[in-house]
Amino acid sequence: MNRKDKIVIKDMDLYYGDFHALKNINMKIKEKYITAIIGPSGCGKSTLLKSLNRMNDLIEGLRIEGNILLDGKDIYGEDFDVNLLRKRVGMVFQRPNPFPISIYDNIAYGPRVHGIRDKKRLDEIVERSLRLAAIWDEVKDNLKKNALRISGGQQQRICIARALAVEPEVLLMDEPTSALDPISTAKIEELIEELKRDYTIVIVTHNMQQAARVSDYTAFMLKGDLVEYDKTEDIFSVPKDKRTEDYITGRFG
Amino acid sequence: MSRLLKSVVKLSAYITFGVLFFIIGYILVRGIPNLSPSLFHLEYTTENVSLFPAMITTLMLVFLTLIIATPIGVFTGFYLVEYAKKGNRLVEVIRIATETLSGIPSIVYGLFGMLFFVVYLNFQYSLLAGTLTVGIMVLPLIIRATEEALLSVDDSLREGSFALGAGMLYTIFKIVLPSAMPGILSGVILSIGRIVGETAALMFTLGTATKIPEGLFSSGRTLALHMYILSTEGMHINESYATGVILLAVVLIINYVSTLLSNKLAKGSNDE
Repeated sequence: MNRKDKIVIKDMDLYYGDFHALKNINMKIKEKYITAIIGPSGCGKSTLLKSLNRMNDLIEGLRIEGNILLDGKDIYGEDFDVNLLRKRVGMVFQRPNPFPISIYDNIAYGPRVHGIRDKKRLDEIVERSLRLAAIWDEVKDNLKKNALRISGGQQQRICIARALAVEPEVLLMDEPTSALDPISTAKIEELIEELKRDYTIVIVTHNMQQAARVSDYTAFMLKGDLVEYDKTEDIFSVPKDKRTEDYITGRFG
Repeated sequence: MSRLLKSVVKLSAYITFGVLFFIIGYILVRGIPNLSPSLFHLEYTTENVSLFPAMITTLMLVFLTLIIATPIGVFTGFYLVEYAKKGNRLVEVIRIATETLSGIPSIVYGLFGMLFFVVYLNFQYSLLAGTLTVGIMVLPLIIRATEEALLSVDDSLREGSFALGAGMLYTIFKIVLPSAMPGILSGVILSIGRIVGETAALMFTLGTATKIPEGLFSSGRTLALHMYILSTEGMHINESYATGVILLAVVLIINYVSTLLSNKLAKGSNDE
């Protein structure tokens, strides 16, 4: 299968002040596949993920060299609108972070940001997003309920629904299940597999089994280097690099 | 040992409450019998030391001061927390300035207000000079409260909003402000308390005129000032106590209304 490259990272370096956090990253992320980024803590995987929707912009002393192209356009280019980028490249965080408002308003937040005011359209978007995130049946009678008053696993699916409500093309997930129990984790993994039909998904995870279970491509990072990037089955069965093999077999990390 | 400690702790609590109740009780006992309809006349005369003008002046002063100090204080707090970069020199300077301002005795504000607003800017003893002086005085309170309230808003909420493509301003108004509102309001309530209870800073800025101010440039006196002057003049001690009762009532009412308001706002932001 030959799919188009949705995101292309070219000769990218990233520095926090003097610290060289990402070193010469080159990576092509294919459309409508799930790409997992694995590696030990502090290897730069979250940093790389956050560069893809420029959430790193908020950090001071951060400098990026090289290019990141979304559909061939440089997202760090002068004329690229950051807010539009973040609409196209959505994000789900490690800790569920619903806003302290109703479930409905959480989902409608993004569409409202981008100018949708019509009540009927918002209703449709809310229902569609909640259905996509497989949580509609659980909350449909409680849309007015404060989103903080539901369980952590449900909150995370609300956050996924919230990200989907602005109709992104890419969904970035930063260890989306690390704060959840096994049952909620299983639900979210199932959901991720469903979503790849329509979305390009990049997921950072600590959990190698998770990467093996859900992803099509896997990137292994170590100390700011992209050590190996290949089809998930190859990475986990015939890793080319000794370091990848050591990590996967649990020798460090 | 622990029993001893316990009784010391208890005793301290009793003393505190005792003193508080004694003061309030004393004022009520001495003041209530002296409350009479004549004290609420529109005009103050030497025979009838009406407190009504002072009551109106107090409300005017509180209102005007808050109108000036709240936006400046709240926006400064927002600048410090949301916009300024960490480690910025200006932020350090503003922080040191607010901390210093909040430690200055109010008579110093009074002196400054008199020299600068009353004399140098030639406002005379006026509502405007008084307002500006106590405005500067409560500014640190509001800035502090706003800062604390904003800092207590979880960064992950801001991130969540940015990640949906919302800009800074939208995020502040829709996400940060509602969560921070109760904290900001408690700063405003504290400020009201300070304004209502202030005398030293107002004596030589607002002045001590006995009439309801006709405009920004006329003088007046607040309830606290009225009380102070009545008791130093020594002719109307009883009326001074009556004024104390009204002052207490005004403070209680303002606190009650503000609490009600902040509860309502807090509820509005995370309703069922």
